[in-house]
Amino acid sequence: MSGPTKTLDNQSPELFGQTPWQTVGPFFHYGLPWKGGADLTGGSDLGARPELTPEGHYVLKTARDPGPLAGKMIEIVGQVFDADDVPVPDAMIEIWQANAAGRYNSPDDPREELALDAGFIGFGRGATSEDGEYRFNTILPGRTPGPGNSQQAPHIAVGVFGRGLLKRLVTRIYFEGEAANDEDPILALAPAARRLTLIASKTGEATYRFDIHLQGEHETVFFDI
Amino acid sequence: MTKILDYTREDAGQPPSLFPAYASTVARSPREPLVRIPQTLTETTGPADWSALMGESKADLTRQHAAAPLGQRIIVSGRVLDEAHRPVPNTVVEIWQANAAGRYIHKKDQWDAPLDPNFTGAGRVITDAEGRYRYVTVRPGAYPWRNHYNAWRPSHIHLSLLGPAFATRLVTQMYFPDDPLIPIDPIAGAVPEAYRQRMVSRFDLATTQPDWALGYLFDIVLRGPDATPMGI
Ligand SMILES: [Fe+3]
Repeated sequence: MSGPTKTLDNQSPELFGQTPWQTVGPFFHYGLPWKGGADLTGGSDLGARPELTPEGHYVLKTARDPGPLAGKMIEIVGQVFDADDVPVPDAMIEIWQANAAGRYNSPDDPREELALDAGFIGFGRGATSEDGEYRFNTILPGRTPGPGNSQQAPHIAVGVFGRGLLKRLVTRIYFEGEAANDEDPILALAPAARRLTLIASKTGEATYRFDIHLQGEHETVFFDI
Repeated sequence: MTKILDYTREDAGQPPSLFPAYASTVARSPREPLVRIPQTLTETTGPADWSALMGESKADLTRQHAAAPLGQRIIVSGRVLDEAHRPVPNTVVEIWQANAAGRYIHKKDQWDAPLDPNFTGAGRVITDAEGRYRYVTVRPGAYPWRNHYNAWRPSHIHLSLLGPAFATRLVTQMYFPDDPLIPIDPIAGAVPEAYRQRMVSRFDLATTQPDWALGYLFDIVLRGPDATPMGI
C-alpha cells in the first residue's frame, strides 16, 4: 500500500530523546526576567528590564520579601563581553546557590541537619543592561560537599543565556580571599592559567565583581556538566 | 560522603555553541574547550517552590487583556518527561512568543507588523503529577530577521524549563508541522538534522476543541537520571 511518507515529529517514538536547546533570542525580556529576580535577599526590582515591555503588558512577577536571612549579604556586579570586548546588552544570567549554612533549598539536598532559611530560594535571574551589566544581591553561600570526601569552596553556579547563545553556558562564581579556594575540587579542574576567570574580585567589604567573557583573550572557563 | 543523583550529559541532538550560519554565534561562543566536571550537589539540586519564586500560573494567553487577541486560537499541550520516559511533575514551563502577525510586544522589535493590544505572549504553568502542561494561546506568525538576505523565522513558541536540577535546565523553541521555513532556518538548523523534528509539534484532533481551538501536542524531554554514573 502506498501513501504519503510519514514525517517524524515530536510525538514519534523513534525520535524520543532530549529536546534540543535553542537560543532565547533578543526578545525574552517580557517573558523571563521578573522584577526582583536578581535580588535573592528581597524587596527590590533588580533583574527585570520593564522599560522594554510596553505599558499594560508587564505580566511577570513583582518583587517579594523573603524575610530575615542568615548570613552575609553581598552584591555581585559584572559585565558580559563578546569576542571583541563589546558588552552584550541582550544576555540573561541565572544563578543557583546554597544558603549561608551550605544547604540547598531543594528536595534533592538530603542534609536535613543543616538549617534552611524558608525565604531563601537560592535561585536568581537577571537581564543585562544596555551596558551589558548584570547585578545580583544575595547571601554569601557556605561550603558544600564535593566528590568523595572533598569540600567545595563557597561558590555560585551560573548560567549564561542570550541572543547568539544557542545553548546555556555554565560557569561558577568563586570569591576572592576565600582560603578554601585552594582545595576546591572543581576549581582545580580548570586550567591554571585561566582559573582566575572563575574568581570574583573583591571590590568592597561586601561587593564583588565578576565579568564574563564569552570569547577572546580573557575567555571565562565554561563547564560541561 | 553525600550520595547524589547524577544526570546524563547532553546527547548528540544538541546544537553546538558555534554555528556560523546563525551569525550572532560567531562572536558570542567560546573557543576554549568546555571543562568537564563531575556533578556535585550544586548541579543535582534545583529550586522547587515555583509560586514563591515566579508567582501564579498564567496558562491562558488569550485572556490577559480587555478582549480576545486576533489570530488563530490554539491549545498547546503535552508532557514533560525525563529520558527514561518518566514524568517530571511540579516543574515550571515558561513560554513567550510573537503575536499572530509575527510581532513581539518587546520594545526593540521594530518589524512593521501590527502590535495587538490584547496580546502580550508570556505564560507560565507548573506541570501536574503526570508531568502535563496545557496552554491556550494564538498561533504566532513568522517574522523576518537580519541574519542574512530574506531571512524569516518559522512560527515558533519559546519555552523555558528548569526541571528538578541546575543540570536539567532547558530553553528551546516549539515549531509547527509542515512549516516550509524550518528547513531554511539557521536556528532550527543548528540542531543536527536527524534530531531537528524533535522540536516540531504534532496537530492533534483529540486535543482540538470543537468550534473553539486547534490542538497541538508537544512533549519536552529533559536530561534524566544517569543509570551508570561515572566519576572523573
Ligand atoms: Fe522568537
